[in-house]
Amino acid sequence: MMPLSETGALDPRGVLLTAPLIGFGFGWFLERGGLGDARKLTGQFYLNDLTVFKVLFSALVTAMLGAFWLDRIGLLDLDLVYLPETWVLPQAIGGALFGVGFVIGGLCPGTSCVAAAAGRLDGLGVIGGMLLGVASFDAVREWIRPFYESTSLGAVTFSDLAGISRGAGVAIVTGIALAGFAIASRIERSRS
Amino acid sequence: MKRYSDPYLAGVGIGLVLLTAYALAGRGLGASGAFSSVLAGTFDDWVVLELAGVAAGGLVSARLSGRLRRAIERGPQLTASGRMFAAIGGGAVMGFGAKLARGCTSGQALTGGALLAAGSWIFIATCFAAGYAAAPVVRRLWR
Repeated sequence: MMPLSETGALDPRGVLLTAPLIGFGFGWFLERGGLGDARKLTGQFYLNDLTVFKVLFSALVTAMLGAFWLDRIGLLDLDLVYLPETWVLPQAIGGALFGVGFVIGGLCPGTSCVAAAAGRLDGLGVIGGMLLGVASFDAVREWIRPFYESTSLGAVTFSDLAGISRGAGVAIVTGIALAGFAIASRIERSRS
Repeated sequence: MKRYSDPYLAGVGIGLVLLTAYALAGRGLGASGAFSSVLAGTFDDWVVLELAGVAAGGLVSARLSGRLRRAIERGPQLTASGRMFAAIGGGAVMGFGAKLARGCTSGQALTGGALLAAGSWIFIATCFAAGYAAAPVVRRLWR
């Protein structure tokens, strides 16, 4: 039964040891897919390179279907996997700021590390900027706390909120991804 | 220099890594959290070690495929120093946004998205919408 961290099969030190290995795999595939290249990433927003959408959604759907079915057959207890909490307005505004910063900086936090590791100085620039942004947030945290801690819904899935089963939620996301892949290939055909 | 692999293959690879993280560690991938930890002087928590692994994985993959080289990726109309300013400025806006949203493309979009977390899907929606809204304004940076 998994997660091994929660069933005691892996002690806290063992769990910590998985971190660099899992990170290595993540960084490896990000680099393979070309996600250390800011021009490739920003191509998503000018519709001439849809790699970001393809990688993000194929990764998301793979993990989602794997987790869902492992839970179904009793190998993984999804209730024991940490579910990020929902804070409606901070995440809506934070997401929008993130999107704007992403188009300007050209790399996201994880891919900036891949870019820097592959020798790209702009990756280092984004890392420096991230540190600045995080530090400025910490500096004004008390001031924006009422907003930061507003509209909390706790650890909740959209399928819970909609009153549908997890399976139906999984089907909806799979449908969105497949439709997106079809649209992406149409856009690419019309551009070539 | 070898070509990049198929994006769908890379995506499935990342998905399997994420699934492994759920199964072994009971949590998903992350990146922005590591920046907070490092600023707080913590270097031995899970996400910092994971992000160090990300850099190592990126380095080894780039080295093995002949893509390891000093470069500044930028649009054809932008100077190298202009690109560095944009990288730092964009990174700062992104860092602030990631703190507000309690996660980034790794911790929210990917990890939470695959678990159907409501807030992660709010993040995905506003992030893409704002990216597309801002793209024409900063077109000179990239096109």
